[in-house]
Amino acid sequence: MEEIKLMKGNEAIAHAAIRFGIDGYFGYPITPQSEVLETLEAEMPWETTGMVVLQAESEVAAINMVYGGAAAGKAVMTSSSSPGVSLKQEGISYIAAAELPALIVNVMRGGPGLGTIQPSQSDYFQATKGGGHGDYHLIVLSPSTVQEMADFVGLGIDLAFKYRTPSMILADGVVGQMMEKVILPEQRPRRTEAEIAEQCPWAATGKHGRSHRNIVTSLEMEPEKMEVNNHRLQEKYDLIEANEVRFEEHFTDDAKYLIVAFGSVARICLKAIEDAREQGIKVGLIRPITLWPFPKKAIAELARKVKGILVVELNAGQMIEDVRLAAGSQLPVHHFGRMGGIVPNPDEIREVLKNIIK
Amino acid sequence: MTPEEIIAQGTKIYSRPRLLTDNITHYCPGCGHGVVHRLVAELIDEMGLEDRTVAVAPVGCAVFAYNYIDVDWVEAAHGRAPAVATALSRLNPENMVFTYQGDGDLAAIGTAETIHAANRGENITIIFINNAIYGMTGGQMAPTTLLGQKTATSPYGRRADLNGFPLKMSDLLAQLDGTCYVTRQAVYSPAAVRKTKAALKKAFQNTIDKRGTSVVEIVSNCPSGWKMPPEKANEWLVANMTEKYPLGDLKNI
Repeated sequence: MEEIKLMKGNEAIAHAAIRFGIDGYFGYPITPQSEVLETLEAEMPWETTGMVVLQAESEVAAINMVYGGAAAGKAVMTSSSSPGVSLKQEGISYIAAAELPALIVNVMRGGPGLGTIQPSQSDYFQATKGGGHGDYHLIVLSPSTVQEMADFVGLGIDLAFKYRTPSMILADGVVGQMMEKVILPEQRPRRTEAEIAEQCPWAATGKHGRSHRNIVTSLEMEPEKMEVNNHRLQEKYDLIEANEVRFEEHFTDDAKYLIVAFGSVARICLKAIEDAREQGIKVGLIRPITLWPFPKKAIAELARKVKGILVVELNAGQMIEDVRLAAGSQLPVHHFGRMGGIVPNPDEIREVLKNIIK
Repeated sequence: MTPEEIIAQGTKIYSRPRLLTDNITHYCPGCGHGVVHRLVAELIDEMGLEDRTVAVAPVGCAVFAYNYIDVDWVEAAHGRAPAVATALSRLNPENMVFTYQGDGDLAAIGTAETIHAANRGENITIIFINNAIYGMTGGQMAPTTLLGQKTATSPYGRRADLNGFPLKMSDLLAQLDGTCYVTRQAVYSPAAVRKTKAALKKAFQNTIDKRGTSVVEIVSNCPSGWKMPPEKANEWLVANMTEKYPLGDLKNI
C-alpha cells in the first residue's frame, strides 16, 4: 500500500530501497548521506523482505560487494557522498564493463579533497563523463525533491536492469538533508531465484542444472575482441541516449531567456523566475532530470528561441559545458555558481539574471 | 599410443577431473597453480558442489582461473575478491563461495577486504597462494617476499630497512574471531598435495556448514619469477619459504 510520510531525502532513499524490492544494500558512513544506512539498519528489512544490509569496511569494499551481488543477478545498491564516490570509481568502472545492473547514490558535498560536508553539485563531471577508467557512461538521475529521491530508486534500478548498466542518483546535499512529504510506493516483492535465472541468464548464481558455467568478467586480452566489447557498450549508450532522456520545462513557451539548472538549484531558480516574471522578465527553466543522457535536443531547440542562457550550479561551471555544446556558439551562455557548500537564494539568481539582460 | 588406445587397454588409472576444463593452461611449467586447480576441481565434484559453487578469481596469475574450473565465476578487481565473495555468499547463502587469491592480491592491495571479510566471519573459503612474488606482472616484490630475496623491484634482495618485513597474513587471520579454520599447506610433493586436498575439503565443508571464514594458504613456487627450473624452485621453497611460513594448522575449531 502507498504511504504518505514526512522525511529526509536520505531516509526516502532507504525506505524506497526496501519497497522497490532491492536485494542488497552495501554502504559506508559519510556525511551528508549516512541516514541511508542508518535508516536501513533501523528498519531491519532482512526480517521483512529478506533484503541484505551491510556496513562495509570502506567505500571500496562496498562497491565491490555491489559488483558481487550484481554478478549474481540481484538488485543491489550503495550510497555515499563525494569523497566516498571517488573511492568507488574503480568498482563502478568494473560494473559498467562487466555489464551489470546496479544503483549508486551520490549525495554530493563540496570538494575538492575532504572539502566540506555542505551541499554541492561539483561531481557533475565525474558522474556524467565516466568517472572511473575506460570508455563508459552511467545513467545519471538528478532528483530535486524528496519524492524524486524515492521514485528514482525504482527508476534507477529498473533502467539498470533494462540496459545491464549501472545507474546513479546524483543528488546534492540539500535534497539529501531536507524534509518533505513523500509518497512511498507499494511494496514490490523481491524477485525469486527462478525469476532471476530467467531474467539474468548470465548471472553467477551457481549452475543449478545449467549446462554451461557463467563467467562474469571485464577482462579480454585479445585487442580485436576487446574492441568489439567496447563497440557493444557504445551501441548500448547510443540506445540509452535515444530512449531515456528526461527533463522538465517551466515557462518556456514565451521565454526570452532560459535558465538551466538541476537538482535543488532548479527549485531555487524556479522561485527566482517567478519573481523575475513579476518584474516583466520573460524567463523560462529547463531542468535536466537525466544528466546523462543529457537533454541536448530540448536545449538546442530552446536555444533557437531565446536571447541568452544562464546556467546556475553549485560548482565552478560543469554542466555549462554540455549546455554550450547543445546551444551552439552563437548564443551567449552565462554561468552563476556558488561553491564551498553555499547555496544561492532566489534574489541572488534574479539579480544575476537582470545583470545579464541589461 | 593414443589416449584412446590407453583407455581401451583398461590401464588408465588417472585422468583429468570432470570439472577441470581441457583449455590449454597459461601457467608456467612447474607452477603450483595447476595442482591446486586440479584439487579444487576434484573436490567440488567429489563433494557434489558443482551446482552451488560460485568462485571469485583475483587479479594476478590466477586471473584466468575461470578458464579451467567448470563452475560459475566472478572475476574481481585487484584485492577485492573477499568483498565480492561477501555479497555472493550473503545474497545466496546456500551457495559454496570461495576466493582464489595470490599474495599481492590478498596481502597487499586486498589486505583490508581480506581481514574484514574474515573478521565478519563470512561463510567463504579463501584459497591463498603464497609464492612470495608478483608473478603476472613479471616478478616484482610482494609483501610476502623473504628478506634477501631478489625480485624485479628488489634487485639486490629485499631489505627490512627499505621494504619492511614479510607479512604473515594467515597468522593475522587466525587471530580473528570470524575465522574457524586457518591452515598453511604446500603442493611441492605428493604427500604435501594430499594434505592440501584434505585441508581444502575441510574448508569447503566449513563453508557449507556456515561455520565462518576458512583460510587455506598454500605456500607455492614461481619458477619463472624466481628464475629457477621447477625442481630447483621446489627445493628452494622447502629450504627457505617453510622457515618463515611453517606448514600446518594455525587454527582449527
